Amino acid sequence: MRPFEYIRAQNPNDATQSAADGAIIIAGGTNLLDLMKLEVMAPDALIDINHLELNQIEETENGGLRIGALVTNSELANDIRVRRNWPVLSRALLAGASGQLRNKATTGGNLLQRTRCLYFYDRAMACNKREPGSGCAAREGFNRILAVLGTSEHCIATHPSDMAVAMRALGAEVETLKEGGTTRRLDLDELYLLPGDRPDRETVLEPGELITAVVLPAPVEGRQTYRKVRDRASYAFALVSVAGILKIEDGRITRADLAFGGLAPKPWRDTQVEAILVGNRPTEELFEQAADQLLAEAQGLGDNDFKLPLARRTLVSVLTELTQEARI
Amino acid sequence: MTEHFKMDAPATDRRLDDMAQGLVGAPLDRPEGPLKVSGTATYANEWQVDGMVHGVMVRAPTNSGRIVLSNRDEVANLPGVLSVIQDERLLRNPAQGTANQAPVQGAQHAAYVGQLIAVVVAESFEQARHAAQSLQVVLENGELMPVDPVTAAVEAQEDQALDQGDLEGAITGAAHSVDVTYTTPSHSSSPMEPHASIASWDGDDLTLRGSYQMLKYNRNELADALGVHPDRVRIISPYVGGGFGSKLGLAPEAVAAAIAAKELGRPVSVALQRQQVYEATMRRSETSQRVRLAADAEGRLNGLGHDARVSNLPGETFAEPVLQASHFLYAGENRQMSMELARLHRLCAGSVRAPGEAVGVTVLENAMDELAHEAGIDPVELRLRNIPEKDPESGKEFSSRRFRDALESGARAFGWSKRPGVMERREGEWLIGYGMASAARINVLMDSQARVALQPDGRARVETDMTDIGTGTYAILGQIAGEMLGLPRDRIDVVLGDTDLPPAAGSGGSWGATSSGTSVYVACQAIRRQLAERLEVEEQDLLLKDGRVTYANQTKALGDVLQGDEIVKLGYVQPGDTSEAVRQATFGAYFAEVAVHAASGETRVRRMHGSFAAGRILNAKTARSQCIGGMTFGIGMALTEELAFDPRDGHVANHNLAEYHIPVNADVPQLTVELLEERDDWASPLQAKGIGELGICGAAAAITNGIFNATGVRVRDYPATLDKVITGM
Repeated sequence: MRPFEYIRAQNPNDATQSAADGAIIIAGGTNLLDLMKLEVMAPDALIDINHLELNQIEETENGGLRIGALVTNSELANDIRVRRNWPVLSRALLAGASGQLRNKATTGGNLLQRTRCLYFYDRAMACNKREPGSGCAAREGFNRILAVLGTSEHCIATHPSDMAVAMRALGAEVETLKEGGTTRRLDLDELYLLPGDRPDRETVLEPGELITAVVLPAPVEGRQTYRKVRDRASYAFALVSVAGILKIEDGRITRADLAFGGLAPKPWRDTQVEAILVGNRPTEELFEQAADQLLAEAQGLGDNDFKLPLARRTLVSVLTELTQEARI
Repeated sequence: MTEHFKMDAPATDRRLDDMAQGLVGAPLDRPEGPLKVSGTATYANEWQVDGMVHGVMVRAPTNSGRIVLSNRDEVANLPGVLSVIQDERLLRNPAQGTANQAPVQGAQHAAYVGQLIAVVVAESFEQARHAAQSLQVVLENGELMPVDPVTAAVEAQEDQALDQGDLEGAITGAAHSVDVTYTTPSHSSSPMEPHASIASWDGDDLTLRGSYQMLKYNRNELADALGVHPDRVRIISPYVGGGFGSKLGLAPEAVAAAIAAKELGRPVSVALQRQQVYEATMRRSETSQRVRLAADAEGRLNGLGHDARVSNLPGETFAEPVLQASHFLYAGENRQMSMELARLHRLCAGSVRAPGEAVGVTVLENAMDELAHEAGIDPVELRLRNIPEKDPESGKEFSSRRFRDALESGARAFGWSKRPGVMERREGEWLIGYGMASAARINVLMDSQARVALQPDGRARVETDMTDIGTGTYAILGQIAGEMLGLPRDRIDVVLGDTDLPPAAGSGGSWGATSSGTSVYVACQAIRRQLAERLEVEEQDLLLKDGRVTYANQTKALGDVLQGDEIVKLGYVQPGDTSEAVRQATFGAYFAEVAVHAASGETRVRRMHGSFAAGRILNAKTARSQCIGGMTFGIGMALTEELAFDPRDGHVANHNLAEYHIPVNADVPQLTVELLEERDDWASPLQAKGIGELGICGAAAAITNGIFNATGVRVRDYPATLDKVITGM
């Protein structure tokens, strides 16, 4: 860890000002501090936002929920409104990390955590995300946990969050504050960038731009679940995860909101997969077609080849679970 | 004052059974437990020594070539930096257990990625870490050396080859046979406490506060590495935060701390970073094991073959002793075994959690399950039919062996009779299966010494350089002394982990409790004889209990017998003829119920039971904990644990606790353990045998055999991660 300046933000504008000047924003620090110890990240300054009033969960006018960026993962998972109306989010949160980490990790920080690619964390290895232009040691290395969708020849990292996958399925939006005081809203598709030839750029956030909240739309009807498949029962990142919200009316699927973790550099959502399902009766054949669509462009690199059949099996299983009552 | 005892004949007197205090065997708490859970037990790296500075080690980024520190001067001038040390005495890799001399040394050439080739010392830990990370290590004239055990050159281990009878013929004529090859990956010990040392010199005398398992050897290894006389070296290691084999032999940080402390004239603390624990301590070798079994129509074995390939660095003689229990566990007159050692440039291979049997029995037990299925015989019944009368190779008798009882009792306790057929039981999306496996581990007694002082105030003090690595040494040595001297446990002080004390066997190979416990027993027997002399009676006529002596219809307080004197005896046990006269081993059986997700292939162990026989149980609680720990590591071996090596340079890719998957609480269901009452007169005068490692020696096979029962899928490449399971589904 290199010596750095520590600044405590007095208000949100203060934070964006410091961040625009190059400081890295720190909230829970559960990922950033590890990265700094390893000198994968070596900021000259940290701007601490933990004392800002961004830790409230409020209901919005249209029946949704505004979640302050500093609400911890534990608080959010246990919020009775979330558990009742957006259960996929609560389940995803509880599937992530460990109790200790969830007590410290924040909503905004969770969205912006870095990949768990083993080569990103090892400074002796080439990594375009850590050091643009240096190459990608992971492609021909041990790539078991890495991505099969949305990758580029420059980067095959996955986004590790469970929470973000559920939020993507829910159509959540982030609210941000830019330097100078302007705000904007981005849905998660807009927030995250695919690696392309600049895997070091992970979001569209501008220098100094602070996530202040995540807004969930009003609850929707239908069944929700979060299925996380992993190498051990707790404290392991998803190999494949599926957040699903499904509604059936008169024997036909009328809503299918699906997002995927463990497969791509960002929480993955493919509207064509959903289009295949909506309007049709739930059958295994239909689910297989949806999986075909999801994986049409997917590509393994050896160790992670299994993610293709695993994603297929998991999607079919989740869809089966969510449509079980309707099919009986 | 030294009382020698050599284990040349079975100890049929069973003196512990005559004692009255009632401590031995009792499930007593570990006396140091409250210190550990309250953070007041001081571990190696927690000492605050006056004037101490901090060293952080630097890794080699590739696996061959001459090492050049290209910006050494620049780093030496960073804030707080005191020295950048690249010394020829730095260890290439840790010493093997009981090596008693330094391993290969040298910091000029790299042999594997992660080799610790320099230490940077600074006033603060943070300064040292930053400086170490800033050091540019360049390898000159390096080319990537072989890292793949499948293609690396191999050396046949002739001394491990066995060719008895005609195995090929037995297979040809067999009613049922299997010929299967399984592979197991490299494992890391992964102790919670990283390897750490603080070195302080007083003139030419070195004190090292370290985290080690076998201090008398470690002292000699450290002295040899530094080129000083062992009398000049003292190692203090009262608490060890887990070792699992990785702290048997001296590790690189100790030598680095000692060299740096000498150079700077200040105490130096060096703790390995988590990544370095994975990269530069010890791995269990990966193995490739072919097992051949030939049986008659009733499943009786007449042929058993076990051929293994393991690996290590050039120059290291340790070869994972995979075949150890295959020699005696099952019958079969035609036997063939062989071992190959591949030479490659991954980190050093050494003892990790029951070297040999942990992976060797596991694969043998998978093969037995395959044979049971092939022959249509219940897996428990197949094993019962193949318990040999005598050692099937040497013809020696076994010492105590409640193997049959463990199989039968374990099966009853678990409810084995309800085992479903293959792929028969399903609950929702979960496929349910039962699996079982036998447990076996060799038993060893080692040289060990302890001093016991019976003090005039009726307290006793036990002193030895024996270690407690979380296993219960403090508890059991106090129990043995209290039992023999008739004192409540709270009147015994046990002092461990200091080479100024009598040298013990150390913690490893499951021999620690029996060996060090016997030395305490021997010392106590000598004290009892001296008490008897004072009272002019025979030792056997003394009854010692609660600090009182009863003899010849009289009772006296111990203090009145001692009359202000202290009786001090040094107990010294050595192995003797009984080690060779009979086959000594511990035995058991595991039973597991697993659930495999039909879609994802994820396996969850629902419940697991072990029945074990290891001679006299010295403390029912710590013994049970050892077994539970072993079974937990068995779950890891079966399902999650694997050191992942980069295929190009052989570096450990998953070098932290987040990515090297030790089972977590959610992976471990309720584990039940049954300890069978047993006395082994051949093993030690305690009639106890080693139990530390028995719980892992075959455990993984119970789980993978359960996966087969649930799914019909044989995963022959450990661990049985979900990708391998769904491939077969």
